[in-house]
Amino acid sequence: MPSDSGAFVTALNLILGLDPDLLNIVALSLQVSLTAVALATLIGLPLGAALALWRFPGHGVLVVALNALMGLPPVVAGLCVYLLLSRAGPLGELGLLFTPTAMVVAQLVLVLPIIAALARQQVEELHQEYREQLTSLGLSRLRMIPTLLWDARLGLVTVVLAGFGRASAEVGAVMIVGGNIDGVTRVMTTAIVLETSKGDLPLALGLGIVLLGLVALVNAGAYLVGETSRRKLG
Amino acid sequence: MQHKARIALTAIGILGLSMAAQAQDGEQYITLASTTSTEASGLFDSIIPKFTGKTGIEVRVVAVGTGQAFEIARRGDADSLLVHDTVGEEAFVAEGYGTERADVMYNDFVIIGPDGDPAGIADADTIAEALQLIAEAQAPFASRGDDSGTNRAELRLWEAAGVEADGEWYRELGSGMGPTLNTAAGMDAYVMSDRATWVAFENPQNLELLFEGDEALFNQYGSLVISEERHPHLKHDLAGQWHQWLLSEEGQQAIGDFTVNGQQLFFPNAE
Repeated sequence: MPSDSGAFVTALNLILGLDPDLLNIVALSLQVSLTAVALATLIGLPLGAALALWRFPGHGVLVVALNALMGLPPVVAGLCVYLLLSRAGPLGELGLLFTPTAMVVAQLVLVLPIIAALARQQVEELHQEYREQLTSLGLSRLRMIPTLLWDARLGLVTVVLAGFGRASAEVGAVMIVGGNIDGVTRVMTTAIVLETSKGDLPLALGLGIVLLGLVALVNAGAYLVGETSRRKLG
Repeated sequence: MQHKARIALTAIGILGLSMAAQAQDGEQYITLASTTSTEASGLFDSIIPKFTGKTGIEVRVVAVGTGQAFEIARRGDADSLLVHDTVGEEAFVAEGYGTERADVMYNDFVIIGPDGDPAGIADADTIAEALQLIAEAQAPFASRGDDSGTNRAELRLWEAAGVEADGEWYRELGSGMGPTLNTAAGMDAYVMSDRATWVAFENPQNLELLFEGDEALFNQYGSLVISEERHPHLKHDLAGQWHQWLLSEEGQQAIGDFTVNGQQLFFPNAE
């Protein structure tokens, strides 16, 4: 079977044909993953910075736990969110299972530890470097958080991109909580699984190439933003 | 910096709103838990638009193994259930989760294997004989091993054949029908599949249909009405319309009209 070269032709056809189904799937993939990463960034960066600045009993345990959660298997995250959002679960009343919102929650669970743990490390290094200056300015630790995060922003872009990579690549969590419903919760990765199970390997690989291209585009955008601000800083 | 933060927050807000908007359109819908065979063969793509066109009700299909489909319905996460494990379906009703079960359609299971047929099952008279030949030859056999309807049927067939399906040749994969066929193709193994998934499958490599036609390979699909008492929050009215439509002349016709490569894959048999 000429499936290997077929995949590139399929990918090209998919992109050039602007297939409306594909566009929907791409849009939903981006929507879910970007929302999850945005929320994880909003929570994770301050959380990571706080962990870098404060020391309290159990601090070490928390840091280790956060680092360990970076390795959380997506299917386990999906299962936990499924049990939480299922009608028989504690948040069942909300009726969120099998919706894009449920997929955002599941990806948030996956991405938050990555962003928080890596941000903690970045901020801690920066804080050690500037501790004396910051203290001499009389800044409280709470006030230091935005300052340090802002100074670390170039490194933190990579942290956020790592989170985005995790979100856009995973399939186990969104499959369980989204259900891979055609036109409602089907995203790139679950579509790839479905086409593989149908044995349509060229289409599955073609979708994979499109997904990789999308992730590359997002990364290129972030790279350009980083380069521009680096140049401004001189 | 504050300015940028505000832009970021606005962007998140827009994403969130558009997602809420997406959740709202198509207010009239039900969630149907069903099996991978019905989804992967393309049956739903063929019949659901006909139902939606008539009633305006959208049907959102979550296609999983039969075991998982039962679990989803037990927990109250699906409005309707269409699966193929009559024993399990009757238990579902007996446990009080379902109030009604009806035959909808059938197809059959077939035994697929490598084109050389090393165990020689193509000449077997019965499925029991075919399975015994595979076991005697210790030829690789790929089992779903995922508590799906097909898996449950396969285990019952081994038992009926009086063969203990155990040993290095018997490989439990724990995956869906399509992935199991992909793996079987990769290791030249025998495998039992529902006919619909096999006919629609596009990566057969060396695999061929080797045995079919025994009555024991009959594969009945049933639709279940979920108990309103047990799960009052479900869309019982809409789900009832779907259940009735499947059994109606129109629904039965739609199922019979569905073909892949000119071959009919499901045979309506509602009473």
